Amino acid sequence: MNSFVPISAQLVDKKIESPGLATLHLKLDADQPFSFDFGQFNMLSLLGIGEIPISIMGWDDDKLMHTIRGVGRVSNAMLELPLNSTLGLRGPFGNGWPLERFEGRDLVFITAGLGCAPVVAAINYAVKHRNRYRRIVILQGVKHHNDLLWQPKYDAWRDLGDCQVLLAASEESKRKFHWRLGMVTELLEFAEFDPQHCAVLICGPEVMMLSAMPHLKKRRVQDRDIYLSMERNFQCGQGSCGHCQLGPHFVCKDGPVFPYPDVKPWLGLKGF
Amino acid sequence: MIEAWHVRVIGQYIMDKVFLPRADLGLLYQALIDEGYQVVGPQQQDGAIIFDYLDDVRDLPWGAQEKVAPGSYQLVQSDEQRCFSWNTGPQAFKPFLFKPTQLLWTGQETSTGVTFKPVEPNAKPLAFLGVRSCDISALYLQDKHFMHGVYADTWYTEQRNQLCIIAVNCSQSAQTCFCVSTGDGPEASFGFDLLLDEVDDGYLILPKGEKGNRVLARLAVQDATTIQLDQAKEQLQTASIQSRKMPEAETLKRLIRHLNDKQWLQIAERCLACGNCTSVCPTCFCSKQESSQELSTNEYQQVRYWDSCFSEQHSHIAGKTIRGKISQRYRQWMLHKLVTWQDQYQRSGCVGCGRCISWCPVAIDLVEEVNVILEGEVHE
Repeated sequence: MNSFVPISAQLVDKKIESPGLATLHLKLDADQPFSFDFGQFNMLSLLGIGEIPISIMGWDDDKLMHTIRGVGRVSNAMLELPLNSTLGLRGPFGNGWPLERFEGRDLVFITAGLGCAPVVAAINYAVKHRNRYRRIVILQGVKHHNDLLWQPKYDAWRDLGDCQVLLAASEESKRKFHWRLGMVTELLEFAEFDPQHCAVLICGPEVMMLSAMPHLKKRRVQDRDIYLSMERNFQCGQGSCGHCQLGPHFVCKDGPVFPYPDVKPWLGLKGF
Repeated sequence: MIEAWHVRVIGQYIMDKVFLPRADLGLLYQALIDEGYQVVGPQQQDGAIIFDYLDDVRDLPWGAQEKVAPGSYQLVQSDEQRCFSWNTGPQAFKPFLFKPTQLLWTGQETSTGVTFKPVEPNAKPLAFLGVRSCDISALYLQDKHFMHGVYADTWYTEQRNQLCIIAVNCSQSAQTCFCVSTGDGPEASFGFDLLLDEVDDGYLILPKGEKGNRVLARLAVQDATTIQLDQAKEQLQTASIQSRKMPEAETLKRLIRHLNDKQWLQIAERCLACGNCTSVCPTCFCSKQESSQELSTNEYQQVRYWDSCFSEQHSHIAGKTIRGKISQRYRQWMLHKLVTWQDQYQRSGCVGCGRCISWCPVAIDLVEEVNVILEGEVHE
């Protein structure tokens, strides 16, 4: 595939997840199978409207899934698309989570905000290959209880053996079963995992990543065992257009998933 | 007579500088044409030296000299019979390889869906006449970015592979030049097919490699005299006298310790965030993509344009702008160019051409600002 030119993809199914958020199921017009790592992204385009980076949620039979939140012109237009519309797709781009390297370890997922697709995709993978990993800990923070997407998935994960699911709502006053009030990073206090043999996968706002670090340090998690999925302005997806730079990194090409030590000096610096 | 036409060769290659009389420059032009190149050369356009397709050597900027200072660029006419008595116009290679507007692909709606078509590079053999040492350094940096990464840019690569480069050593430096301190001039040492020195009665020519020698083989050249060779050396010595000095690469890395320096705010009070510096910078590579529709044909186009890290949209992501302030954008530009560029491409992204200084409408001087920030260390 020429990485500059899209291939066409049919919108065969659209699942509304919540207001302003939907998962698009795309069938590719391609001869070859599409292979990707969780945490990688595609550039999706609509003719005459524009192109945006969307992380890959996974496969559903022969359909590629992308969960899209309507935040701008292009993403809103994509949510409005009728079935059987055609989109353009370029990708996959960037580095995903090195899930194979994590085999035999505890996995700790920390996410905040709406629809953190890169992490949910990785959780799905870990659950599907349950015997390759030890304990799975899932920490998810949202503002309101109702903001949590895929609630049934979290319930199912909670019922799995050796799997801990902790949820936090930061802007709620009412308590709810399985939930705590506060920030997702405060959940780390209750997370049970082996800090010496774990991988921590974080996706969400950078302030959340930063506030997780002291908690992880206290638990003596090594920096090199922490992985972050970063977000910047991606226009080309291949480290050419220059928008996504974070210090020396082109986030689209060198990331979006980084080992923490690689981005540590730049994390949380205003203007980078 | 035999001696005058004798040239020193090893195998078929000329190894020393030879001489072409000024009146024969047209023959060099013709040799390039006969080798199948279209020639791009410097010309006076809109009050500046512009590289454009050259129809005749008479269109070269004969007698033109540049008066350059921070925030200022002027051409003056002298009665000197030289055509390379200037240093750097606003552009050299960049717009021909990394085009300001590049159609990337087209999309057509059909009854069965959408067809996406790649846009073939419209590359052709181009000979660049009169580029400088700093321009070649910049070209090699753009090569690293556009050709030698994981994804090669087809449009850039195809054109790059069809270049013949006829460089000229600078015979003097502009007030804004600082290539000596960056190690990029004034003498070209690599990357050319032919290298010229413009002396009083004509041109010394040094060919390199097969391409250069093929062009030279079409010319009746003479041995260079000691006087001519000495003059070329003297000119290079003159050109090496530069008042501006960019600190060396290791020193530049210390800029990263000054993220909160007050000087960024001071610069931002003057900086208009117009992006002139990034447009004229021969190594700046940022681009943006836009989608448009051709109403008459119902064809959709994806177009890539030059972009600048000085624009507010450059760092925009859903819901926020990472570099909302001009001070942050100038800092990003300078630190990328001089510091993190070293991580990305194993050297600083500045080749000392001074374009960003002369074309800045408010005369911000990159070298001066770097030195102000680094000198601040003494007082900290």
